[in-house]
Amino acid sequence: MFESLSDKLQAVFDKLASKGKLSESDVNTALREVRLALLEADVNFKVVKEFIDRIRARAVGAEVMNSLTPAQQVVKIVHEELIELLGKPVPLDLSGPPPHVIMLVGLQGAGKTTMAAKLALRLRKSGQRPLLVAADIYRPAAIQQLEILGKQIDVPVHSEGTDVPAATIAKNAVRLAREKAYTTVILDTAGRLQIDEQMMQELEQVRMVTRPAEILLVVDAMTGQEAVHVAEGFNQRVPLTGLIMTKIDGDARGGAALSVRYVTGVPIKFLGTGEKLADLEPFQPDRLASRILGM
Amino acid sequence: FQENEITEALWEELEETLIMGDVGVATTMELVERTRDRVEREGIKSTRDAYLVLKQEMVRLLESDEPLHIDEPRILTVVLVVGVNGSGKTTTIGKMAHYYKQRGRKVVLGAADTFRAAAIDQLKIWAERAGVDVIAHEPGADPGAVVYDAIRASQESRKADLLIVDTAGRLQTKFNLMKELEKIRGVASKLVHRAPHEVLLVLDASTGQNAISQAKSFKESAGVTGIVLTKLDGTSKGGAVLSIKRELGVPVRFVGTGEKLEDFALFDPVAFVEGLLGDS
Ligand SMILES: Nc1nc2c(ncn2[C@@H]2O[C@H](COP(=O)(O)OP(=O)(O)OP(=O)(O)O)[C@@H](O)[C@H]2O)c(=O)[nH]1
Ligand SMILES: Nc1nc2c(ncn2[C@@H]2O[C@H](COP(=O)(O)OP(=O)(O)OP(=O)(O)O)[C@@H](O)[C@H]2O)c(=O)[nH]1
Ligand SMILES: [K+]
Ligand SMILES: [Mg+2]
Ligand SMILES: [Mg+2]
Repeated sequence: MFESLSDKLQAVFDKLASKGKLSESDVNTALREVRLALLEADVNFKVVKEFIDRIRARAVGAEVMNSLTPAQQVVKIVHEELIELLGKPVPLDLSGPPPHVIMLVGLQGAGKTTMAAKLALRLRKSGQRPLLVAADIYRPAAIQQLEILGKQIDVPVHSEGTDVPAATIAKNAVRLAREKAYTTVILDTAGRLQIDEQMMQELEQVRMVTRPAEILLVVDAMTGQEAVHVAEGFNQRVPLTGLIMTKIDGDARGGAALSVRYVTGVPIKFLGTGEKLADLEPFQPDRLASRILGM
Repeated sequence: FQENEITEALWEELEETLIMGDVGVATTMELVERTRDRVEREGIKSTRDAYLVLKQEMVRLLESDEPLHIDEPRILTVVLVVGVNGSGKTTTIGKMAHYYKQRGRKVVLGAADTFRAAAIDQLKIWAERAGVDVIAHEPGADPGAVVYDAIRASQESRKADLLIVDTAGRLQTKFNLMKELEKIRGVASKLVHRAPHEVLLVLDASTGQNAISQAKSFKESAGVTGIVLTKLDGTSKGGAVLSIKRELGVPVRFVGTGEKLEDFALFDPVAFVEGLLGDS
């Protein structure tokens, strides 16, 4: 369905070809296509602006202007710069003495509970002893959901119903982990809006009593322009250590990953690639860059 | 005599506001273009009036003449609720049950998401909050069979006039899962004349340009007739619905504005557009 960026740029340069050597304004025309592609991929408006400024310097250089294949050259530069911005894949930080607490946070419906189970499965397979914690006391049947998932992957779930504060549940879970020698504690927190003061305070309390090694923001690949504000909102209250993008098994371009990475600077750690608990992939910058460009 | 306040910077600012509201580039350009034409034609000179024109154009695009089929008198109205994973379907159904119960309808819910862990338990909790019945099978059961039973029960033992069916979340690119929706439609249409009478696509307001792909695919496979725009209590504006209306003609019907039973309302284009444009 998408006409790829390369084709669009080719069309731009074909129109200009007759004029001989490319001018700076020719390159700017091409960069407008790049801007459009990034906006269609849901990269934030302001991030796009800064990104284009950043690649303009390279694009008006000799690399492109003297090239016989300027369209390919522009795509190459954009692709390289995207990879650079997306950053290197970083594994989970499980240094320090166990139990390591991993806390998942994010908007409603982003995929936190599913991701908690996916991480538990991955950790169990790598020889860890994970404990899942039902710290969402609000969403109807959130505890049952986590218990069902825990059973599917043979990982225990700590829950205390819906009347105990999330921070208490989390704290008790860490103590239990020490007693029973669980090596990782994965906290499934309730979905919340970054502007919900009371709910953000709850996250701060959970963090305070559990001292997580990882606080991971779970972001839906379909998220639009507001991804930056969401990420900033969470990052201000509970300093994030990583991002996870879910639902990339669909046809969303996933530009939100770039926006979030750009404003928070924290690394992207994993991608959720389906509803099954094995559907988890480490993040690969080159693939995500191609996806964002619709290639 | 009025001095002309309208400059190129204004048009750029409007473009930025719309794109940041997830309206999408093509629809943004068209709306701004139309506003510029009218500003010229109508001799408008103040920024305030230019905004008013844009607002009018956006509201006009969002308004729909098509009646909402849920409100028509009918022995049994069947509403099918569809959408991608986590958009807010089950929650919306709980709120919608409450909304229509309050308006004197006898509502039953059909738990045709037999796939997602604890989806049935979740719907049952919502049904209890709203004070309506649920027809459910065991996890893993055939959704078509659930719909069959839910319609039968609505017609016979429960004497309901409104059945709302929950379905499992699915990404629009999953061919087999989209086929399943066609099957569910088939079951409904065999048992009730012209059912489903409304097929509502539940769309998360924080969704960006993928919303258009969702609307296209769910319209094709499930015959979507309207949209419920959820999570409007967040900071996202949900502007993608303008592109959906422009490209596919599918109107927004309801909005979700929170996680409580009452956080649900009919879609109001004026309020929506004001939210999108901010205090400008
Ligand atoms: N296709 C697909 N679906 C996913 C993925 N991750 C999660 N889901 C689905 O998305 C929906 C929401 O997932 P949850 O794990 O319940 O999300 P959550 O963030 O815990 O939701 P709340 O607790 O309500 O905030 C469910 O239907 C999941 O099956 C993914 O990577 N791909
Ligand atoms: N803030 C806010 N949250 C909402 C709204 N509607 C739904 N939610 C939340 O979004 C999350 C997902 O809602 P569900 O109703 O489970 O979504 P679903 O589409 O049924 O999800 P699947 O069945 O997994 O595809 C839950 O945490 C809900 O409480 C809304 O209007 N505002
Ligand atoms: K979502
Ligand atoms: Mg959850
Ligand atoms: Mg559901």
